[in-house]
Amino acid sequence: MLKVEEQTPVVFSSELLAKFDEVKSRYPEGKQKSALLPLLHLVQAEFLWVPTSAMDQVAEYLNIQPIEVYEVATFYTMYFLKPQGKYALEVCRTGPCCLVGAEKILSHLENKLGVKEGEVTADGLFSFRGVECLAACGYGPVLQISPEYTFYENLTTESVDKLIEDLKNKS
Amino acid sequence: MSRKLLLEHINVPGINTLEVYRQKGGYRAVEKALKTLTPEEIVEEVKKSGLRGRGGAGFPTGMKWSFLAKPEGVARYLVCNADESEPGTFKDRYLMTYIPHALIEGMIVSSFALGANTSYIYVRGEMMPQIRILEKAIAEAKAAGWLGKNILGTGYDLELYVQPGGGAYICGEETALLESLEGKRGNPRIKPPFPAIAGLYGCPTVVNNVESIAAVVPIINDGGDEYAKIGIGRSTGTKLISASGNLVKPGVYEIELGLPVEEFIYSDEYCGGIANGKRLKATVAGGSSVPVLPANLTLKLANGEPRLMSYESLSEGGFATGTMLGSGGFIAFDEDQCIVRNTWNFSRFYHHESCGQCSPCREGTGWMEKVLHKIEHGHGTMEDVDLLWDIQRKIEGNTICPLGDAAAWPVASAIRHFRDEFEWHIKEPVKSQSQNYGIADYATPIEKAPVAEEK
Repeated sequence: MLKVEEQTPVVFSSELLAKFDEVKSRYPEGKQKSALLPLLHLVQAEFLWVPTSAMDQVAEYLNIQPIEVYEVATFYTMYFLKPQGKYALEVCRTGPCCLVGAEKILSHLENKLGVKEGEVTADGLFSFRGVECLAACGYGPVLQISPEYTFYENLTTESVDKLIEDLKNKS
Repeated sequence: MSRKLLLEHINVPGINTLEVYRQKGGYRAVEKALKTLTPEEIVEEVKKSGLRGRGGAGFPTGMKWSFLAKPEGVARYLVCNADESEPGTFKDRYLMTYIPHALIEGMIVSSFALGANTSYIYVRGEMMPQIRILEKAIAEAKAAGWLGKNILGTGYDLELYVQPGGGAYICGEETALLESLEGKRGNPRIKPPFPAIAGLYGCPTVVNNVESIAAVVPIINDGGDEYAKIGIGRSTGTKLISASGNLVKPGVYEIELGLPVEEFIYSDEYCGGIANGKRLKATVAGGSSVPVLPANLTLKLANGEPRLMSYESLSEGGFATGTMLGSGGFIAFDEDQCIVRNTWNFSRFYHHESCGQCSPCREGTGWMEKVLHKIEHGHGTMEDVDLLWDIQRKIEGNTICPLGDAAAWPVASAIRHFRDEFEWHIKEPVKSQSQNYGIADYATPIEKAPVAEEK
């Protein structure tokens, strides 16, 4: 079940809609549904998650049924269906990264941030989760931070501490 | 030093720009292909090269191209599979990051050969930095006239777009990728029809891996016959290997197929040996889906001959004593690693990534994860090992797409070669929580099979 987390519908800016138009032009006439995944990424970059009201508006924009958007948004793991921290940290937890210490990084983040996987810190700045292979196995452990998906490699507990401090200072 | 075809200029500063890429001979293949060759001649060169799909299956690329249906008045598509997600594999990320024009050049030549006027590069969504790199490179190429209308005045038109995925391993399967590109869930299609007949939007479509498409560039520049001279037997050319795990120098290496596995692991030109002075316990040679092998069978065939990095040598002995080259994701485990824990980790991955269409995979991967979790955490029974074997047998071959097989093989091979370690976890439920089983006899060298003396 898709839980409705917020009641105030989001508003798409004209800049965002212009980006939508550009993406839609990449596909042949009548195949505009192909734009769905890229559009959801644009929505998430704007609002830091994908609210239900945004999905409904995307459906309307693409002239498809809302369910066609919901089923895609719930199938793919990148779309956040509830609000995350301003910096959503995603740590690879698959085999090769675990051979070089990914599990330690995940438990360190839990201690450092004082929240469990999937929860947001009280200041709204951070959330974290373990994700499956990020295709950077030779540089593990690795993490990425949405919405820019900046990438950090060869992590140690020290480098993670520094990263968190840097992000805090930036805000 | 072995020959480099894809990564020859990777360390040249600015090679990610069109200007430097051109100075190093880039886009020569486009000029040659569009101005001097017919599409059929290009397909013929690729066939002659013996190039096999670099995404994992190893199917001959030229043959795949020749299956493409060409009905009158119907659009054809080339889609590049850049949904690199197989644990242990990160070569396509490397190529797209550092030398994006190699992929774009390959896309232009390949699209021309297939008669496609719109082509897509489907990149996994997490690789947003690489998507930005590719979009920038495409804009550069288009501004310089390598893409768009009437390329080089030849009358050939091509638009190239980057499509982001949404975070789903299954979209690396070509029909799931096409579903995803159509804006749907990544559920693999039942084949036939194959994409060559009915692919993207129901039109004839070829889906090729990033590295396969990039390899078309040297094939056109030097000719298919030259390419086929590199390598060994039916494993022609060079291959990008992603090396990870407990190695001194993990990273992406371009090797000539046929390199001895031992040289790849231990020589300073490549991985430089096992990190921290430890011994090698096991490897997964071609990405997480291929069978795990103990160290001794990694380095030598069952008859004691050296094992080579090639499609044939890595699979020598079938699954009883061999594995597969797969996508070239080479993962090394040192003596302190636990095979049970890693198998559980991989099972969790496949359970997470199963699209849920086929019951054997949807349910089976979940059961395998649960049973492995139980054994790893000291609650296993001897019957659980047999149960695991039984579950994986019931998944393999019983699903629409190969994800089922990919989930079953790591479990099957772990039990086949490391059953002692599973049983030790069950017999020593307390000890196994604080200690590892260790290297046992997994690295004991295989003796050369005795040859009968001639009398």
